[in-house]
Amino acid sequence: MKLTLRVWRQRAADADGAMSTYDVDGISPDMSFLEMLDTLNEELILRGEDPVAFDHDCREGICGACSLVINGDAHGPERTTTCQLHMRSFADGDTIDVEPWRASAFPVIKDLVVDRSAFDRIIQAGGYITAPTGAAPEAHATAVPKPDADFAFEHAECIGCGACVAACPNGAAMLFTSAKINHLNVLPQGAPERETRVLDMVERMDDEGFGGCTLAGECATACPKGIPLVSITSMNKEWLRAARKAGKR
Amino acid sequence: MPRTVWDSTLGKKTVMAVSGLIMLAYLVVHMLGNLKIFFGSDEFNGYAHWLRTLGEPFLHYEWALWITRVALVVAVVAHATAAYQLSRRDLRARPAKYVHKKRRASYATRTMRWGGVILGLFIVWHILDLTTGTLHPGGFQSGHPYQNVIDTFSTWYGNVVYLVAVLALGLHIRHGFWSAAQTLGAGSRTRDRALKTTANLLALVLTVGFVSVPVAVMTGVVS
Repeated sequence: MKLTLRVWRQRAADADGAMSTYDVDGISPDMSFLEMLDTLNEELILRGEDPVAFDHDCREGICGACSLVINGDAHGPERTTTCQLHMRSFADGDTIDVEPWRASAFPVIKDLVVDRSAFDRIIQAGGYITAPTGAAPEAHATAVPKPDADFAFEHAECIGCGACVAACPNGAAMLFTSAKINHLNVLPQGAPERETRVLDMVERMDDEGFGGCTLAGECATACPKGIPLVSITSMNKEWLRAARKAGKR
Repeated sequence: MPRTVWDSTLGKKTVMAVSGLIMLAYLVVHMLGNLKIFFGSDEFNGYAHWLRTLGEPFLHYEWALWITRVALVVAVVAHATAAYQLSRRDLRARPAKYVHKKRRASYATRTMRWGGVILGLFIVWHILDLTTGTLHPGGFQSGHPYQNVIDTFSTWYGNVVYLVAVLALGLHIRHGFWSAAQTLGAGSRTRDRALKTTANLLALVLTVGFVSVPVAVMTGVVS
């Protein structure tokens, strides 16, 4: 396959960036999108140019490191992560636009790499349970109803890639934050910190400069793990419940 | 707690949802009242007079009306202030646009902000036209709303402004009602279809109900 790539190039966080055009040849339809970028980078290095910087780690769709907006879609045209997107999803001769996640809470570090540590700080605000760690407890010691376990697991699937923020017209982190809150708040282990968790995580999310929710639904469409839009509704419900309780105290 | 609510994006959305539902409830009553125009001037003017005597003798003359007006002004101001502040935040959170643009959200969703501005301006004109009579075409007669309505819809601009505003209202409710349900945590997977249908139905019924009055005047059904 022969392709034309238009890639966002930005030397440093404080430098101006622009789209640069590259032609790549000899691309196999079985290559992943990242392997195609590897091919481009090898050529750039041979020519003595600066290779395109992009985030990647596991390359098997479970770590959430890869983060490219391809032709205006976070993670590209398929419902998966960029690393699991293959070149067969494109046609020979296509022009492909590759851009970084766009949100003021995710500043560009270089080229296609953005700083997603705002997500880490949201997790630090309450995305955990305070319990003594040690040997793993007996699995059946705490009974969890099956529907609750399923609900928790569905939200635990979130890999924190930030595609929801990238896709959101308001740069909001509602889907990510709701996934993390719902995952723990429904489980007995998460119950003691149920109220503080949702209040603190939402406050942190706001402080990081993410936008508000207008229920455009773009986040859930972009999510490679299929976290549903109704997850945000569940978070709203948890938040209102916690705010009411905090008001009584 | 009030501080917590107003400081949070979720709290501001809650304020918008509650104030929006208050205004929506008012609009349903307002639209049904408007339809009385099809029963002639006596019944329409009589209804308008009854609104002023509503609640008597417990309430003084026009008090029920003024209580409603105050509640509505509070709702409008809260709704618009929260919308303005949230919009500012949203634009700040996403300063850089994508070079490769894609539009997916529905038309109703994308027009919430400007549609809201249109509705705000319309409310001002609507009050100056048919409540105070300041901008009313022809002689405004207090206590004769039937004639005043006909005067307004006998002008081309009266019809245009009203029709544009009512269409904007329909779109606003279509996304707004469903969104309010999500914000208040009332949505769920099983209820989603019912909520969307209710939103569309409310939007449609209100649009048709409000539009029927200028159309009736234009076609001479009401004269």
